[in-house]
Amino acid sequence: MSLTTMLATMLPGVGRTCLLFFLTAVLSLILGIFVMFLRQSRIKPVAAVTKIYISVMRGTPLMLQLLVWYFGPFYLFGWSIRGYRFTAILLGFVFNYAAYFAEIYRSGMGSVPVGQNEAAQVLGYSKGQAFIKIILPQVVKRILPAVTNEVITLVKDTSLAFALAYQDVFSLAKQISASQTSFMPFLIAGIFYYIMNYAVAFAMDRCEKALSYYTI
Amino acid sequence: MTLLEMKGIHKSFGDLEVLKGVDLTVEKGHVVSVIGPSGGGKSTLLRCATLLETVDAGSIAYSGEYAVTMESGRAVYASPAALKSVRRRFGLVFQNFNLFPHWSVLRNVMDAPVSVLKLPKAEARDRAMGFLEKMGLADKAGAYPCQLSGGQQQRVSIARALAMDPEILFFDEPTSALDPELTVEVLRVIRSLAEEHMTMVVVTHEMSFAAKVSDHVAFMDGGVVVESGPAAQVISAPTQERTRKFLEGFNQL
Repeated sequence: MSLTTMLATMLPGVGRTCLLFFLTAVLSLILGIFVMFLRQSRIKPVAAVTKIYISVMRGTPLMLQLLVWYFGPFYLFGWSIRGYRFTAILLGFVFNYAAYFAEIYRSGMGSVPVGQNEAAQVLGYSKGQAFIKIILPQVVKRILPAVTNEVITLVKDTSLAFALAYQDVFSLAKQISASQTSFMPFLIAGIFYYIMNYAVAFAMDRCEKALSYYTI
Repeated sequence: MTLLEMKGIHKSFGDLEVLKGVDLTVEKGHVVSVIGPSGGGKSTLLRCATLLETVDAGSIAYSGEYAVTMESGRAVYASPAALKSVRRRFGLVFQNFNLFPHWSVLRNVMDAPVSVLKLPKAEARDRAMGFLEKMGLADKAGAYPCQLSGGQQQRVSIARALAMDPEILFFDEPTSALDPELTVEVLRVIRSLAEEHMTMVVVTHEMSFAAKVSDHVAFMDGGVVVESGPAAQVISAPTQERTRKFLEGFNQL
């Protein structure tokens, strides 16, 4: 198999890896906000359940969680759902990453001095206004480095989807390598992940620079 | 005319009773200084007055508009809408400024008038620039708080409070985070406000400032007002032993 054929065969995998990455990133970054608020809910049982959810997501392997999402409905309820594979993968990734993002958000919220909220309150801002206009921008600045870390890990973690036979770059690399007895597919996959993360790091660095006009 | 009337204020944090029945009345155009040792309840009193802490008992009224009243032995706060209207009557300058670091100096001063008072932007900008000029900071309008000295930051925060057009302005140890030189520049601003008959309540450790600028001084210790009266009398001729001891400590330095 020529290098060009190899690249062409792996290309659809690139698309699938990118699709999984972007969907997971967007959905888990948003879901994380809700998880953070639930985690800090004044209703004790809600906060307790959310804490357990975060603990389980962080305390068990993501690959295991993917298997549970995919096979759980059948083994637990006897349901077999057609075309469920990608949904299961996405659910597994989004719920796992949302737990991590929620904790990053929480640490960011905790690091904004209470005085900021008090100043907003005395000036008459509503709670919503204070959060959106005053607290949130400062939280974003504080958590960017931690979020960058997590997003870079996500790029690499998408390869775990091979456990559910998702035909991403990593899966295809393994298959082609086995069938062609060639090391080249692994090299190509490695270069692809590296370039993708380089782009992620570059974009996040731009964001950090854009917010560096002030110090806290 | 009475702008602020606090009566029988009690406040505990857990088992620690910080305020044990404090009264404070502020007349329009007066400057009241609250002095006393740390832990005496001065800041807590100010935080209760500005609704940052809830009182356990007592009443608070601004120009007759009640924020808290006593009903069958319990402190009852007014409705959120009523509290919102009460909040418009006062401003607060914090010890550590609490400027919004992600906004320019100008935005710090003009945003609340636009977002809260719904003033047109152009008008809010003109007014904000006016206050910054008054603070001697017009040239810093485009700067960010982190680029300013502590004294400049505190003057911006005074401008920010003034831009909301409060009837009464509270200062919570406004110079405690500043070195002596910067302290003077902030005290000078407060003094100029006093000359314009701005009603102010100042929690401070600056005794000579309190003596010169305020009409009225309240000495607080152990959660009660030990002594209060005309500034000259309380500071130069205190009648209470506790006040005398506290002020002697200052003079011995």
